[in-house]
Amino acid sequence: MTVTAAAEVVKDSSMLKQKEMISGNYRKLETAAADGRKVAATFVPGNLNELIMCFDMLNNLPEINAIQNGLRKKTGGYIMEAEKRGHSEDVCTYVKADLGMIAKGNIGPDGQKLPNPDLLLLSYTGCFTFMKWFELLRDHYRCETAMLHVPYQGDGKITANMIAYVVRQLKEEVIPKLERISGVKFDIDRLRENLARSARAEEDFVWVLESAKKKPSPIDAYFGGVYYIGPIFTAFRGTQDATEYYRLLRAEIAERIALGQGPVTPTGDMPNERYRLVVEGPPNWTSFRDFWKMFYEEGAVVVASTYTKVGGLYDQGFRHDPAKPLESLAEYCLGCYTNRNLPARIDLIEKYMEEYEADGILINSIKSCNSFSAGQLLVLREIERRTGKPGAFIESDLVDPRYFSPANIKNRLESYFQMVDQRRAGGGSAPARAA
Amino acid sequence: MSTPTAEIIARCQALFDDLNFSYAREWKAAVPGRIVVGYMPFYVPRELIHAAGGLALGVLGGGEQLEVIQGDAYYQSYICRIPRSTIELGVTNRLDFVDAMLFPSICDVIRNLSGMWKIMFPKVRSRYFDVPQNYRDDVGGTFYINELNELREMLAEASGREVTDAAIRASIGLYNENRALVREVYAFRARQPWKAPSSEVYLLMRAGMILAVEEHSRLLREYLAAAAAEDRPRRDNSRVVVTGAFCEQPPLNLIKSIELSGCYIVDDDFMLVNRWEQSDIAEDGDPVANLARAYLHNSANTSAKYEPDVAQKGLYLVEAVKRSRAEGVIFASPSFCDPALLERPMLQRVLAAHDIPFIAFKYAENSGQMQPIREQAGTFADSIKLWSNQ
Repeated sequence: MTVTAAAEVVKDSSMLKQKEMISGNYRKLETAAADGRKVAATFVPGNLNELIMCFDMLNNLPEINAIQNGLRKKTGGYIMEAEKRGHSEDVCTYVKADLGMIAKGNIGPDGQKLPNPDLLLLSYTGCFTFMKWFELLRDHYRCETAMLHVPYQGDGKITANMIAYVVRQLKEEVIPKLERISGVKFDIDRLRENLARSARAEEDFVWVLESAKKKPSPIDAYFGGVYYIGPIFTAFRGTQDATEYYRLLRAEIAERIALGQGPVTPTGDMPNERYRLVVEGPPNWTSFRDFWKMFYEEGAVVVASTYTKVGGLYDQGFRHDPAKPLESLAEYCLGCYTNRNLPARIDLIEKYMEEYEADGILINSIKSCNSFSAGQLLVLREIERRTGKPGAFIESDLVDPRYFSPANIKNRLESYFQMVDQRRAGGGSAPARAA
Repeated sequence: MSTPTAEIIARCQALFDDLNFSYAREWKAAVPGRIVVGYMPFYVPRELIHAAGGLALGVLGGGEQLEVIQGDAYYQSYICRIPRSTIELGVTNRLDFVDAMLFPSICDVIRNLSGMWKIMFPKVRSRYFDVPQNYRDDVGGTFYINELNELREMLAEASGREVTDAAIRASIGLYNENRALVREVYAFRARQPWKAPSSEVYLLMRAGMILAVEEHSRLLREYLAAAAAEDRPRRDNSRVVVTGAFCEQPPLNLIKSIELSGCYIVDDDFMLVNRWEQSDIAEDGDPVANLARAYLHNSANTSAKYEPDVAQKGLYLVEAVKRSRAEGVIFASPSFCDPALLERPMLQRVLAAHDIPFIAFKYAENSGQMQPIREQAGTFADSIKLWSNQ
């Protein structure tokens, strides 16, 4: 069911449910001390939500706070505050948005004070900056830190040595620390139950992602995709709420398919699918709606994206497995998108181009994120060479409004869509039409 | 008439200037079956390369001499320069004699470069070299021993010969000797910096990135003797530690400019691999386990390593200041260097808590304008002289 809110922004029921889930988590964080709940701060890629839940701890995600603040256009001031305090203009703006928010009183995106974490759970997956970020937070909070070092897939594969190393860290470092801080004894059966719920949600989530293979695609797998990944990438994977969210979402998408509808956008259904794109790289958050509009106004729909894989490659078959709980968590952490080497990333994008019958690839290169960005120009060349489809390259940032230039990006996109048209006229991919 | 010191440094300068790596090419060609293994900062176990009959070749970018044309086409403007110039070295065939390349886990840019190398140079064995961020023998140690053994296998395949325990032990012995000499040079410079200018020590250490370890050790010995014997004027300079330059290297002129501005550099982190292990690695027993133990418990600190104990964070820099009797710290970091720039505020807080003055600036390996650096470093040196005892 689609609901039109007062501000003329169209929201599906699943979006409203997710909004309530996020608000609910912030409310729990605000009252954590009064409720006697312990708080773990952790990251999105390679997060151990099912494990954290075993200790009745709440999950606070600094990246999500930065995103939420970015969407609310608060991050520009926070970043400048961090830079005034000595943080370089060259480094990740998620970090600076977080540190700036803390410096200004640690007021969360919903306007309430966030609690100090009892534990910084550093799952070091796919991004070097995470390690420094948590050292900086530790420097501020002086609280306990648990480090989970997740080796990089340098040769494009997960080895037995890597899994054994991550499992040993979970057993020897992470779980004992969670037990001590929470006062709750680890129960592996509870973890198995959480993992089973995750796996059910993952099935529905993958079904939603793969629905974009249809023409027209009933979803936008990048701009819409960031909503779809919300629960499964953050504080809700393994909860009943997340399972229900994905069941609801799947039903909504099934209905869209039955009605032959395209994706929902902030101004309603997208009527005409003209371009099918694969997008590599995270979105810009401070101008998210404006950025999205540049696509749907042109009839461009993103049918697959790599950003929606930073929290796990479920569409490539991975499922959390209650039969081997710790090994499964290790495989999950090791398998996240930015923990795969560049050749494996390119192979995946090429596969998306073919399976989703895309007209081209667009790279949104993010200044803040070397984990994604370093090497993307080679990614572009390789994909163009392998698929013969045109590619485009734009630059912006995650949450620093100074690095989003709407006129430049719009010009670049319009030129790109013209290029796709010309390529089609010359015998490229077929125009999108209803399947 | 040139002095023995000048002759040694002239040789080092020639090695530094030679971006065709003629020494390494000739070394390889001299004996059939030899291999050359390139590595990037900050650390690789060079002992394993040596034990495989290989030459460990430090690849530290193209410096200020190399005009980067093709390399720029692979990177956005906000990415540091070392990967661009390294690609330039590759695509202009300057590294075409290299049999394998190692990319240590220093940051996301170098990590991703490992995958780019696989695509761009498919005939070269390329390996991302992971090191543990967990320092328990039974956790990180076990992982690391297996990683080292995987590297050992790769090197054996590349060289076509088994890498035996005995060969690794012998190599550990040679590198222990080399590291002891490197430490001696650093200690000598800290004692008498006017006798060992940092522009010379830098070139001497840089020679260790290319020369066979036995030859580099000979050179270090010769330099120590020659520098001690040479009479040079002592200036009333301020003593500083330079930190943050552990990956992309500063232009040689930047080091000279710091010196010319009135600073003696008495410690630095330019090429950490030369003195990564703080004391000798055990030469008896399982050599791979010994390498792992040395990494976990006896290696240098840098921002690419996780510090598990918050109380210890940054103290290595305070200790470096005390050990070298420095009066201040210069944070010299490459632009867009995540490890150095994210670490810097934490280190600065620790220095401030210990009343150690500091300044900070950024550079690129091809920075050409040194006047601002000279002015900043000169003002810092003056401020130390004028106000440090107040």
